[in-house]
Amino acid sequence: MRPRLSLPKPHRRGFLTAAAGLLGVSALGGCERFAASPTGRRALKAGEDANMFVQRLLLTPASLAKEFPDSQISPWFKPNGTIDPPDRAYKALAARSFEGFKLRVDGLVERPQDLSLADLRALPARTQTTRHDCVEGWSAIGKWTGVPLADLLSRAKLKPEGRYVVFHCADTMDQGNTLEGGGDGEETDEAPTGNANPSMTKQSGGDESRKDSGGQQATGDDAASGGTPVRYYESIDLVDAFHPQTILAYEMNGEALPVSNGAPLRLRVERNLGYKQAKYVMRIEVVEGFAHIGGGKGGYWEDQGYAWYAGI
Amino acid sequence: MAHPVKPGGPFRSRKGFRFLCRAASAVTEGASRRGRAQVAAGSTLSGPDIVETVRRRWMFRHPLLIRLAHWINVVCLAILLMSGLQIFNAHPALYWGSASTFDRPFVAITNDQRDDGTPRGILYVAGQTFDTTGVLGLSNLNGQQAGRAFPSWATLPAHQDLATGRRWHFLFAWAFVINGLIYLLYGIGTGQLRRRLIPDGDQMRGFGSSIREHLTLHFPEGDEAKRYNVLQKLSYLIVVAVLLPLMVLTGLAMSPGVNAVVPLPDLFGGRQSARTVHFIVTNLLVLFVIVHVLLVLLSGVANNMRSMITGWFVIERRKLPAGSGESR
Repeated sequence: MRPRLSLPKPHRRGFLTAAAGLLGVSALGGCERFAASPTGRRALKAGEDANMFVQRLLLTPASLAKEFPDSQISPWFKPNGTIDPPDRAYKALAARSFEGFKLRVDGLVERPQDLSLADLRALPARTQTTRHDCVEGWSAIGKWTGVPLADLLSRAKLKPEGRYVVFHCADTMDQGNTLEGGGDGEETDEAPTGNANPSMTKQSGGDESRKDSGGQQATGDDAASGGTPVRYYESIDLVDAFHPQTILAYEMNGEALPVSNGAPLRLRVERNLGYKQAKYVMRIEVVEGFAHIGGGKGGYWEDQGYAWYAGI
Repeated sequence: MAHPVKPGGPFRSRKGFRFLCRAASAVTEGASRRGRAQVAAGSTLSGPDIVETVRRRWMFRHPLLIRLAHWINVVCLAILLMSGLQIFNAHPALYWGSASTFDRPFVAITNDQRDDGTPRGILYVAGQTFDTTGVLGLSNLNGQQAGRAFPSWATLPAHQDLATGRRWHFLFAWAFVINGLIYLLYGIGTGQLRRRLIPDGDQMRGFGSSIREHLTLHFPEGDEAKRYNVLQKLSYLIVVAVLLPLMVLTGLAMSPGVNAVVPLPDLFGGRQSARTVHFIVTNLLVLFVIVHVLLVLLSGVANNMRSMITGWFVIERRKLPAGSGESR
């Protein structure tokens, strides 16, 4: 005869139920505590690192984002993030239809450039109708016309140590994003803020005080207390910079780019989420690394904890 | 009284459904125990001395790899669900097609005000509006009413934090995919998947009676308990072969990077459709888990749990003495 399990059934059942309950309750709290620890943050990031590794393995320069027929253009291209930069210098430029605007291309280049909108319009252009995918989950289709970034970088001639292209924008973020939480994200664009993430929005580096901000739904504006004003910025590597669909767009849907969508120039770096598509681009800087810029993570949203690689 | 079965011998049922059975035992229990008296008393045999023999056959039901894969999957799906709801909360509306039609969502979870000015949470589905105050659209967050689609107890992290929600989601998506691939390779290679998930011919014919058994909560015993019943097989098959792969495909279809390699959104009618399907299939999986857990509880929680933890499952069959043969 086979020896039976020594616990009588009711006990075993009670034990299992209790164990499952305890496990469930403690697991959730444990998850969050783990995610807040330095090891936890590194471990959590492994998934996003794997995303980039695998996508870069699969993507070739010839892998293009789908281009849509003009009939599919969204009747309303939702402006998100900053929709009207509060900065005085920008307002002055906008008031004169960006007449005095000069795009600066500098950093690790042989021939720094200063290009007016007229200069840019005189260069060979590319037009593409593509889908814009916000990290929040929504999509809009727009038709973009602009200068291929590869052409600009070729004119400026990269120095051999140049590895990343940084886009410096005109919009100051801590004035532009003190939105009320709890809405449904109608107000914002590139920016994953809008709906609802004021507490996250204001965490510099995405590192500190996550726990403190936890649970503050509508307040969470602790940035005003601490940091210096931060302008929007983004960075891409040379793989994306030289991709044929990467352009600096000055037209949307056949008309001059509106202020709400990033006038005078916005980046279109297809195959990436919306927060990479920097608006109000004023200066393009070629760098070897971006650790010294902003929070050091390569972009405004990256500094808040979003992945630098935005292909998913 | 006892009916020992040779230890170490593989057990093969008459249906050819084969499990390794290292040991089997028989336990004799008095008829007065555990309510079985009624069974005996109701039969033609009667009298105080009737003894029912219950043979407990130990069957090694779940190989280690399947047990491991099952529990890893439990953790992955729980985290994917909760971090997924966190991500959904960032834009709590669903659409059909390539792009979002913001003023005409298919589903939206939001909040507005009642006529008396008090806030309410609403779920909007294809033209219908439901008041879901307290759970969807408007719920409690640290003692205060907060406008958020899914309540904080359902999301990971609990507070609104899309960036961290995405990290959880991607990390456990990788774990889920790797675990699932190992399970599939093993299951197909060993034939376990075919035996477990594909209904046998005779089972398909018994489809109707299986539905009746489920509705009346009668579960197979004896030989029939050695294999999954037909409804069980079909629901596992749909989950393993349809729903879970759909989750991976619709998830990848939302990635603009993946789209440039494989035009996955076209399979579903556009990226927003893929996102909507991702959400609908999530609901189907949650429904499956609820039914699955309920049936585990109802059909012998200790036996089921033991079999998924240690691999050993007990099959009980009753035998009446005096040559009445095996009952059931």
